Amino acid sequence: MTLVKSSQFRKASAAAVRSPKIQIALDRVMDHFVEARAHALEEFPPESWEQMRERASAIKAQTLENLDYYLDLVDRNVQRNGGQVHFAADAAEANRIVVDIAKSVGAKQAIKSKSMVSEEMGLNQVLEREGIEPVETDLGEYIIQLAHETPFHIIAPAMHKSREEVSDLFHDWLKTAPTDDIRQLCMIARSALREKFATADIGITGANFVVAETGTVVLVTNEGNGRMTTSVPRVHVAISGIEKVIPAIEDVALFLRLLPRSATGQRITSYNSFISGPRAPSDEDGPEEFHLILVDNGRLNLLKDPEFREALKCIRCGACLNTCPVYRKVGGHAYGGVYSGPIGAVVTPMMAGIKDAKDLPHASTLCGSCRDVCPVKIDIPKLLLRLRQREVGGSASERSSTWTERLLMRRWRSTVLTRAALERSASLGRFLQGPITRRNRIRKLPVPVLGGWTKARDFPPLAPKSFATIWRDELAGDGRG
Amino acid sequence: MKVLRRAGVDVTFPADQTCCGQVGYNGGFEQEAREVALHFMDVFDGDEPVVVPSGSCASMIKIFYLDLFADDPVLLERAQRLSERTHEFSDFLVNVLEVENVGAAFSGTVTYHDACHLLRELHISAEPRALIEGVSGAELAEMTDSDRCCGFGGLFSVKFPEVSAAILGEKLENIEASGAEVVVANDCGCLMHMRGALSRKGMRQRAMHIAELLASQSGLAVGQPERPEA
Repeated sequence: MTLVKSSQFRKASAAAVRSPKIQIALDRVMDHFVEARAHALEEFPPESWEQMRERASAIKAQTLENLDYYLDLVDRNVQRNGGQVHFAADAAEANRIVVDIAKSVGAKQAIKSKSMVSEEMGLNQVLEREGIEPVETDLGEYIIQLAHETPFHIIAPAMHKSREEVSDLFHDWLKTAPTDDIRQLCMIARSALREKFATADIGITGANFVVAETGTVVLVTNEGNGRMTTSVPRVHVAISGIEKVIPAIEDVALFLRLLPRSATGQRITSYNSFISGPRAPSDEDGPEEFHLILVDNGRLNLLKDPEFREALKCIRCGACLNTCPVYRKVGGHAYGGVYSGPIGAVVTPMMAGIKDAKDLPHASTLCGSCRDVCPVKIDIPKLLLRLRQREVGGSASERSSTWTERLLMRRWRSTVLTRAALERSASLGRFLQGPITRRNRIRKLPVPVLGGWTKARDFPPLAPKSFATIWRDELAGDGRG
Repeated sequence: MKVLRRAGVDVTFPADQTCCGQVGYNGGFEQEAREVALHFMDVFDGDEPVVVPSGSCASMIKIFYLDLFADDPVLLERAQRLSERTHEFSDFLVNVLEVENVGAAFSGTVTYHDACHLLRELHISAEPRALIEGVSGAELAEMTDSDRCCGFGGLFSVKFPEVSAAILGEKLENIEASGAEVVVANDCGCLMHMRGALSRKGMRQRAMHIAELLASQSGLAVGQPERPEA
């Protein structure tokens, strides 16, 4: 992955917490998503929502177990429909395939519907280098493309941008008059994009699902840009992670119930496109060529690891971000990678290497609420825990715990392994805390690691007597209190 | 201890107990956590119910020991037996002893914070609320998002102190907005965390463990006949 800077989580997260702009945006949008989801779920009895999750999770598990079979089926069925399938091992290969296709038709301009895989690939930069102008057509993606940023949230990529900032961006790039009217801002984007839709040579999209049995790419959008991207240009290139495959067309119904409700709280998104190959001779419109690029880019690391395979069930709804107490305070950019929040903290280290993203598995309180909202029941806290275990006792390429962490844990172990050791440490603690305790609280802990606690919170001093002592001296023989 | 005894339970406190091992387990230090967990299993060997006053420790013993010892059939079987006889404090009172009114009296408004592991690992949320409502004079006032994490997360609170404190800040706002004078939680981690900031900010609200609330000004006569439980 090209954009990972996840080792900076510590600094970036602290900066995000201090940014009033980011905090205002997070407060507003996260609450909106959480409430909308809760409202959308009210129409089901909890058991039936649970049954849908179980079923979706089982379908994904079964598909991942037999992924080679299903990928082969996709390949054959897309070809039967008149399209072409390309397999790409990594971002560079996927980029090369896109560039080759674009050049083969002499493309100068590409329009894009939202695709997280293309963010992984850094496709826009590559296209620009090759002299092909990429234009994002999802409004949020368009805004962050103009701002040269990465998505802040998986389904609301520009949620951190205020209307004033968007107005400034449009003013800078499109020379439009500043406005704080959101409707007018949308109209500016609309007219700028209409022109691009009409003139682009190729349309590039992601894929929400790839149906093996029919060779169909399913796209879910709210702005209609996906449909324009797949129907107006002469060539349609769909890019998908290999894990997006589901077996049969009837499975789509289930996933289309789960995805929008989990993501935006909608019962259904405004546009659901099913694309099976290029225009047929009897069709009046549609692209002449259809390409599907299936990208690995680190996914096989997860697939071949039985402990982590379940992370590939993810349908990228973003519900785990919205509910996560950490994401809700730090936002997406702090995570460094393309994928943020709890699921990002799992897949980024597995795709990019545990050592390169070593803070991420710890960027969680393990509160478990991500697991409870996940529409495909990924046990994210367990996976974060497994990553932490790999940092300590994994293979040489995974081990990355620091010596202070190891020392601290060894100290802890020997302190709590016997009661006598614990009492000795407590006595020492009582002696040391004397000078720093005022009115039964410690306002500043002058020790590394623990010192962070007292920046915003008091620390409780050890009680004069342990409960074990009170028990022995006062309570044990007492019978009842 | 007082509350359990008043409910007629014969309580003992194994003198050699130390820690359940969650600190190491959550940090990824499986080996260290196993050694500490083994010590815990030795100390709490037997048939009596084990009552744990903190939701995350109870989860560690009831749920995560099974993961920790998954590869050792003998230890796993011991862990399973221990898991079955271990109860978080409010769970034990309400579901084992079937007591919701322990005869406590407290005058004031109380709000309840759902500790994450208690709620989402052990699925206990009605029990503590029933116990609070059983306290004579106490009024339960729910806060907004009572089920949202307080930001403690063990080592998380010192690894990422700014983020942890920001999450806690939102919790304190919700506590304040509830109008309650007391926030009750059944987890020592959350309590230490909330107390630390309440005291730093000089806020008037107090954080109490549910046992402290249930032990307040008990109306129960001392010396009531003992029930042959536990």
